[in-house]
Amino acid sequence: MRTWKRYAAALAMVATLAGCATTATNPNDPLEPFNRAMFQFNEGLDNVLLKPAGEAYRAAIPDLVRTGVTNFFSNIEDLWIGANNLLQGKVEEGLTDFMRVLVNTFFGFTVLDIASDAGMTKHGEDFGQTLGRWGVGSGPYLVLPIFGPSTFRDGVGLAVDFRADPVVQVDHVPTRNTLYTGRVVSDRANLLDASRILEEAALDKYIFVRDSYLQRRRSLIYDGNPPREALTANDESRR
Amino acid sequence: MRTLLLSLSLALLLAAPLGYAQENAPDVLVKNITMEVIGIVKQDKDIQAGNSKKISGLVEQKILPHFNFTRMTALAMGPNWRKATPEQQQALVNEFRTLLVRTYSTALSAYRNQVIEVKPLRAKPDDADVMVRSEVKQSGTEPVTLDYSMEKTPNGWKVYDVAVGGVSLVTTYRDAFANEVRNVGVDGLIKALAEKNRQLETKRS
Repeated sequence: MRTWKRYAAALAMVATLAGCATTATNPNDPLEPFNRAMFQFNEGLDNVLLKPAGEAYRAAIPDLVRTGVTNFFSNIEDLWIGANNLLQGKVEEGLTDFMRVLVNTFFGFTVLDIASDAGMTKHGEDFGQTLGRWGVGSGPYLVLPIFGPSTFRDGVGLAVDFRADPVVQVDHVPTRNTLYTGRVVSDRANLLDASRILEEAALDKYIFVRDSYLQRRRSLIYDGNPPREALTANDESRR
Repeated sequence: MRTLLLSLSLALLLAAPLGYAQENAPDVLVKNITMEVIGIVKQDKDIQAGNSKKISGLVEQKILPHFNFTRMTALAMGPNWRKATPEQQQALVNEFRTLLVRTYSTALSAYRNQVIEVKPLRAKPDDADVMVRSEVKQSGTEPVTLDYSMEKTPNGWKVYDVAVGGVSLVTTYRDAFANEVRNVGVDGLIKALAEKNRQLETKRS
């Protein structure tokens, strides 16, 4: 609970800090100057630490083992994903998530994702999405230090996710730190291709990441079926 | 015997337009191209190793003919499209096209063994603007949706936007383009795109 409050305080501080900002152009991003600075900080961190770690990991560890590691962390998070599906009233999905944990833990030895092969689709849910499903608006876009792109709502969601993270519950500190590091490195390695594409495709990386993030979250809240936005409303080639 | 022949030819006549229509259905088109391209990537060791010339060739030959780049560029430009002269519009389309080919090629070279499933189309037969949905499946991760916005043209169905995981290509470029035009004008945007393409070209070779 204390972390929660600290989080809220930090968010409030960020909001006040950014209140002075005037150059913002996207209505979803009134804090752009602050966010850009934070984005730069994260980029620097990624360049010197996370990306090299991910690359080294991918180069050193065989494909099969890396998939096992991905599946291991995926299995851990399925519990909380299931809980969020239930909180969103999606009972069938939630039960599937719990079934996935059972199947993958006992028959997949936590490193094989045989539940997916058996037709139990993996879901991606978090508390930010649950809040969105409950009707909480996203609030302004917010780049968090280290955690990266977020919004006011998703920042609160992240704090709740953090409390529910099984890795946080591990009491043995060296084990916990190993798990943290392993997860971060594995996640980053899985994103290497995506970040290379992003690097190539983006004119302004900050804008690209922001607009992708906001669209992605919207899509996730609707489970991939958001109401179709009429692109054509703005279609000047048709006039 | 004659009735048999007659009914057979009648059946053929009836079936022909049906088969034709089915072949040209947008979801069938996407499925066929996807299967063909993946089939090629799976067999080609050069492409898997990242041979960019071969990959771009594949993209140019198999994928590009089904895209409407003018429409894509116009949508990404939004209201600024009409402020651009025909020459500027052409330059924008060319540069944007080059950039997207590069991006698509990189994405394709990252392909490993994911399963791509094209969903049956849910649209009325006379719809001229549809979204074909597909899903990329991979062990341990949530499937990623890959949706193609397509329109019917005299030359067949053409893609005018692609959304990966709900992130639309056109929408994502819209802000960046608008920002650039506001700061440095349409010519500045063309220059920025050309510069980006040039950088990627030198980095590659």
